[in-house]
Amino acid sequence: MKSEQQYIDIFTDCRGMIDQHSGGALNTLRDEAFASFARLGFPTGKVERYKYTDVPAAFEPDYGLNFKRLEFPVNPYEAFRCDVPNLSTSLYFVVNDSFYDKALPAVTLPEGVIVCSLKEAATKHADKVTDYYGKAANVSGDALTALNTMFAQDGLFVYVPRKVVVERPIQVVNISRSDVDLMVNRRVLVVMEEGAQARLLFCDHTVDEHRFLTTQVVEVFAKENAHLELYELEETHVKNTRFSNVYIHQERDSVVSHYGITLHNGTTRNLTDVVMKGENATTNLYGLVIADKQQKVDNNTLIDHAAEYSMSNQLYKYVLDEKSQGAFAGRILVRQGAQHTVSNERNANLCATKEARMFTQPMLEIYADDVKCSHGATVGQMDEQALFYMRQRGISLDEARMLLKFAFAGEVVEAIGLEALRDRLRHLIEKRFRGELGRCSGCAVCG
Amino acid sequence: MLEIRDLYASINGKEILKGINLTVNPGEIHALMGQNGAGKSTLSNVLVGNPAYEVTSGTVMFNGKNLLEMSPEDRAHEGLFLSFQHPVEIPGVSMVNFMRAAINAKRKYHQQEPMSAADFLKMMREKRKVVELDSKLANRSVNEGFSGGEKKRNEIFQMAMLEPTLSILDETDSGLDVDALRIVAEGFNKLRTPETSALVITHYQRLLDYLKPDVVHVLMNGRIVKTGGPELAMEIENKGFDWIKEEID
Amino acid sequence: MLHSSLWIYKNRMNNREERQNNTNGKKPNSDKKNKFVREVAEKKYEYGFTTDVQTEIIDKGLNEEVVRLISAKKEEPEWMLEFRLKAFRYWLTQEQPDWAHLKMPEIDYQAISYYADPTKGMKKDGPKSLDEIDPELMKTFDKLGIPLEERLALSGTAVDAVMDSVSVKTTFKEKLSERGIIFCSISEAVREYPDLVRRYLGSVVPYRDNYFAALNSAVFSDGSFVYIPKGVRCPMELSTYFRINARNTGQFERTLIVCDDGGYVSYLEGCTAPMRDENQLHAAIVEIVVNENAEVKYSTVQNWYPGDAEGKGGVLNLVTKRGHLRGANSKLSWTQVETGSAITWKYPSCVLSGDNSQAEFYSVAVTNNYQQADTGTKMIHLGRNTKSTIISKGISAGKSQNSYRGLVRVAPNADGARNYSSCDSLLLGSECGAHTFPYMDVHNDTAIVEHEATTSKISEEQLFYCNQRGIPTEEAVGLIVNGYAKEVINKLPMEFAVEAQKLLSVSLEGTVG
Repeated sequence: MKSEQQYIDIFTDCRGMIDQHSGGALNTLRDEAFASFARLGFPTGKVERYKYTDVPAAFEPDYGLNFKRLEFPVNPYEAFRCDVPNLSTSLYFVVNDSFYDKALPAVTLPEGVIVCSLKEAATKHADKVTDYYGKAANVSGDALTALNTMFAQDGLFVYVPRKVVVERPIQVVNISRSDVDLMVNRRVLVVMEEGAQARLLFCDHTVDEHRFLTTQVVEVFAKENAHLELYELEETHVKNTRFSNVYIHQERDSVVSHYGITLHNGTTRNLTDVVMKGENATTNLYGLVIADKQQKVDNNTLIDHAAEYSMSNQLYKYVLDEKSQGAFAGRILVRQGAQHTVSNERNANLCATKEARMFTQPMLEIYADDVKCSHGATVGQMDEQALFYMRQRGISLDEARMLLKFAFAGEVVEAIGLEALRDRLRHLIEKRFRGELGRCSGCAVCG
Repeated sequence: MLEIRDLYASINGKEILKGINLTVNPGEIHALMGQNGAGKSTLSNVLVGNPAYEVTSGTVMFNGKNLLEMSPEDRAHEGLFLSFQHPVEIPGVSMVNFMRAAINAKRKYHQQEPMSAADFLKMMREKRKVVELDSKLANRSVNEGFSGGEKKRNEIFQMAMLEPTLSILDETDSGLDVDALRIVAEGFNKLRTPETSALVITHYQRLLDYLKPDVVHVLMNGRIVKTGGPELAMEIENKGFDWIKEEID
Repeated sequence: MLHSSLWIYKNRMNNREERQNNTNGKKPNSDKKNKFVREVAEKKYEYGFTTDVQTEIIDKGLNEEVVRLISAKKEEPEWMLEFRLKAFRYWLTQEQPDWAHLKMPEIDYQAISYYADPTKGMKKDGPKSLDEIDPELMKTFDKLGIPLEERLALSGTAVDAVMDSVSVKTTFKEKLSERGIIFCSISEAVREYPDLVRRYLGSVVPYRDNYFAALNSAVFSDGSFVYIPKGVRCPMELSTYFRINARNTGQFERTLIVCDDGGYVSYLEGCTAPMRDENQLHAAIVEIVVNENAEVKYSTVQNWYPGDAEGKGGVLNLVTKRGHLRGANSKLSWTQVETGSAITWKYPSCVLSGDNSQAEFYSVAVTNNYQQADTGTKMIHLGRNTKSTIISKGISAGKSQNSYRGLVRVAPNADGARNYSSCDSLLLGSECGAHTFPYMDVHNDTAIVEHEATTSKISEEQLFYCNQRGIPTEEAVGLIVNGYAKEVINKLPMEFAVEAQKLLSVSLEGTVG
């Protein structure tokens, strides 16, 4: 309980300050979260869902916490140049875990659509936030969700009213900026009312050389027939540690697609939990990981088919170079009575060196008989014959390898709905494979 | 042999057959023609007792017995055979095991001893020739990996094995090239006896050229709207169905 | 009255209507929906009889004294007792694992007797001839289809018959010894071939391996020992038949197979138990050592009593099986057909140390009623160019839970490792569960590891096609299930394959779904 203690202490000591600089629903869940965290402690390798990431070690070092919400001097537009060309978005910034309201986009959102600070929403739209906050992210089962709930003071609130279609993608750039090693606890709440439609693009960047430890909890509620595409693109540095827990609740006929792309990072652990509560819902989860050096990426998913005629697809691809380590564990649960479920899960991995290591664990847990479920996982290397064929045509070995890796990753990129993002990613991935994306492409410091 | 009276049937609550009357006598071949959705496949499925279809009223007598009260397998034992439009694949179950199970179930029903392995294999060999199926067939799984033509030949092969008295060919000609069609049709003709009858469902004249039906029916909107001799099939081949529609309107 | 299968169809049609209604917003009536599954008949367990034979059973309970007593009864040397005691002391420090997907009834280790000897009436060193065996015992094995008279034996199969804690008789011993092959009970081996046993016992499954391995190492009773000398191909199938008879006893068999350089052996294992209301504990260890160029095939048809239709009684089958492919070019193949036991916890595994070694795991696991199975394998690739294949077929019916759990690990130095895994599940009925938990840990860039899994049910179209050809539904299910399992059944020696096919059909009787 060594790692835990410093968090227990700091919470006990700073509770007043945390509450004071936050508000509403965010404060009401802290006690429950604290009790839960104190009981659970950090998960060790013995906890099935945390087998592949050393959580206590990640939380061991000393990080600063900005409970007073002091402003870091930053001009996000300057710090962030990673725009996606030809993609016209409504652009917002979250600096560390604070919503940046100094420069809001000029564009107007359709009527009734809210994109704002979660802290602000907790008082301004208290009814909406109270109805959903912490309802998908249950603090009793996951220590990191509990920890985030204890400390989260702000983040983002997105609300799309009934039958409103938001044409322009909403882009949120999360910038980690600090003068000391910093821990950030970001909270995101997305509510898509009946028939609502939107696309959300989150980009994570670090603009300082300091160490960052980010916990993020995202709750998504997709009501009947709501459509949401949620993109998460991580492009941070090797001293960044990210724990992201995404909880998605889907009602009948809703469609949610989540894309998690890790282009550059330090240690990343993404959990994606989907509950399909209403019949005929569709979930698509896509993941792409490109890692080298000693980077670690661990994706853990659970799709809970709790109603009839639901459909899920998962495709996760990893390209692991040098001494990087990848993990994928995907559990598909088909509950009794969830007949006519169709579920597919695929995880394919390329290990490019002897030192790279991949764990994969696709799981099916099925309690209904009239279902179509399959999963597959492969770990392999590049096709020698294809390499030779290309070389015979005069393509250098390095170039040939690059082409094959690019083709391998391409499958996930092609599944992306936003065309401009697809183009941008192709470009970024190629740069990444060519070693030109040694750190982070878009930040001022790496620029 | 087969007497259908005022037969109404539906699938998923939707009424498809709306009063079918049809009598097939021993030795006769009846062709059943009609456009997509007319109810042709529904009729064949109802006759063999496919549980997906519900008979709402009417009677079907087969050799004096009430067909609708029988289970699908008993209907088969009584001599009813359906050559499926889309024969299903059954992975891992070899044709030999499958056919032996079918033959012996029939023999048991008729209070006969099971067939010896030697006799059975001999029978397989002989009947295979009818539709020119190769010898590897015996070791392959039921319909698994069969081409479209092979599947249809396999249906006729099974018909040869089970020796039904009334065969229903449900679009057995669809998707077959000229050679395959000839093999299937000639195979069928070899199996004919003065006692066996057939109900042939088809869109095309081509199959009927080989099978030479005695009676041709036109099915429209769940009813038989016109009945005639072989010349009716020729007329439909040349003029389509519209003229019949106009006639009944 | 309608034909029974028609009745089933009727219910299916209702299902279809319900689905339809359902899209109109009505909730399905799950009660009605599962009606046809309730037809599940109690499956027949043919081997549920008991044998009335004079049996010496030691008092219930487990402590160091009991371990010493077992060792003394077996007249074991000091080193063997030490081995047991070390294991027992270790076991005391451990807790029963709970990671499997099983609802395990609590086991009261003090309520079990750890030694039961049905040969009490016979001479000490085991029967010298058949005349000395209690005729009741002879009858039992006859009834099970395991004749102990060599002239009646299945052609080319030597048998070691074990009832409760003691080996009753091993056939063809003399004939095998002509080629230097040792085939005897492990108790006899401890006395007669102490050097061999001491060298290999616990070398593949150390007593610290897991909770049940520790327990077995402390109290193991009997089992078989096989030694195949260098360059010898065993001329006949070797088999052990395990039978639990006595009440409130556990069976803790221990089997050790050593196949020396260039040797070959095919080994079969079968098991049954009487029908008893209480759970019976069976915690076994099988260790296999495969040296250079040697090949071992190990086949199991497991048909322990599965409990009744309400889930009462049945054997708790908690088994550690592992083979060590020590030499280059060695081969090991596990084939298992698991139809019995209330609970199966079993992962026959392979450690591929030798370069170019090859391992296989072929499994069919059937669960019905309230049976639970959590079974699979581990393939640990250590040597170069090692290859493993995993084919697992799970069939669940009734209210049972059937899980595949497997690990494929490729160590950093295992260049050129190759694994292919395929795990399929077939569900019969809507109240059972089929689960797949594969773990893959690849630490080498030259490895190719592939896993695929599918879940399916027998389609109504397939059943109807069979019906139209005159095959009744029940028989059609048997045909289709056997077709589904064929890939594994084909791996079994002929006599076993026939037996296994019958078992599959019997196990699933009445589960049309």
